Amino acid sequence: MFDFSIVTHWIDNLLRSVMPGWGALLIEFVLVGVALLLLYAVLALFYIYFERKVCAFFQCRLGPNRVGPYGIFQSVADMFKILIKELISLNHIDKFLFNLAPYLVIVASMLAFGCLPFGKGLQVIDFNIGIFFLIAVSSIGVLGILLAGWSSHNKYTLIGAIRSGAQMVSYELSIGLSVLTMVVFAGTMSITGIVEAQNNGWFIFTGHIPAIVAFLIYLVAGTAETNRGPFDLPEAESELTAGYHTEYSGIHFGFFYLAEYLNLFIVSGVASLLFLGGWMPLHIPGWESFNHVMDYIPSVVWFFGKAIVISFIIIWFKWTFPRLRIDQLLRLEWKYLLPLNLINLFVMVLIVIYGLHF
Amino acid sequence: MNSALFVVVLITGLALVGAALLIAGLISPRSFNPQKGEPYECGIPSRGESWMQFKVGYYLFAILYLMFDVETVFLFPWAVILKDLGVAGLFNILFFMVVLILGLVYAWKKGALEWK
Repeated sequence: MFDFSIVTHWIDNLLRSVMPGWGALLIEFVLVGVALLLLYAVLALFYIYFERKVCAFFQCRLGPNRVGPYGIFQSVADMFKILIKELISLNHIDKFLFNLAPYLVIVASMLAFGCLPFGKGLQVIDFNIGIFFLIAVSSIGVLGILLAGWSSHNKYTLIGAIRSGAQMVSYELSIGLSVLTMVVFAGTMSITGIVEAQNNGWFIFTGHIPAIVAFLIYLVAGTAETNRGPFDLPEAESELTAGYHTEYSGIHFGFFYLAEYLNLFIVSGVASLLFLGGWMPLHIPGWESFNHVMDYIPSVVWFFGKAIVISFIIIWFKWTFPRLRIDQLLRLEWKYLLPLNLINLFVMVLIVIYGLHF
Repeated sequence: MNSALFVVVLITGLALVGAALLIAGLISPRSFNPQKGEPYECGIPSRGESWMQFKVGYYLFAILYLMFDVETVFLFPWAVILKDLGVAGLFNILFFMVVLILGLVYAWKKGALEWK
């Protein structure tokens, strides 16, 4: 399995041989920032195309097919279109908060994005409390949404933002508890540690029933957390125009759009990292030759493949289930998922203590 | 090193928004019309204030969320060392969990989880 830290060490040594240490460090930081920015933008463009195409096939349409072969440049064209749209200045808004909101939304998703392990040795922020940090920074996004809705001085945005706030904080509980279940099983919060622990089988296979239950809860909660699918009532277009970002125009709207799709990727990336082994190939203990064949597939392909499969499932939800009402949404979280999650955590603790896992 | 990278990623996020806003500000057209600054509601002049009192039900859930989120924060360090603690770790945390679950049961019985 190719370790990408060889490449980064090579660049580090090369830079240090031609300039002093601080200069090399500075250039490396700039390189990291540029690489992250490029990956962020490319993934967002890919996801917009992917979602439009998948939605089209679910509805027996063709989807975007004019710009480039199979319409693959449609989202690039859309990005340029959004860039040259006018930024309308409104009369009654709270200007400071209105302009601050996109920053919060993008920074939250960017920080969470930086924590993901894209491949072996290909991770930007690797704290020893990695997964906890990831949950913490991704919840900044809800502040941005609340500010956007409140500062717009519009009834639709206010209702959308408050609904979104109630929904996102509620489902964050389920995300936190299902992540906690897997942290109990892994015995570490470091993202590298969690991935390495899945060398002999992904957690969803080795973790017995609680891991599968936690995975299902995580999928439901993750869909709600990204305001998608049956839980998209913060931006229910038939009643609230566009929810919390109704008043945003041009690239301001683009930021919310970008962050929404990146959050979809982050949620599916975390699901693949916690339950499906991150970049770890499919290893079955005892099948040596099979494991060797699996090791030939690059780690980046494994990570992105798993993340995209989970995103496909989340997009699938949207076309399968009708939209929930706010009372049904909160009832699902507080009366079903939360007690189920606590019982699941308890079962997982018993399994870990008595060593009943595989 | 990781803390420095955290700052780098933070600046990357800020730079993305800043640079995109700058480019958009340079190339996007501008036109002036007093009607354009009005709230986008129905096409007719909007009535009443939008910053108003709101349904209290949402705040109730926010308070309940605070309780359980702080619980999760306390549970994370315990989860990491559970394997070393063994059965004793389970009993230690069970006491804490029972008190919190009693809180949820109380809120449930009180009808705080109903949407009225």
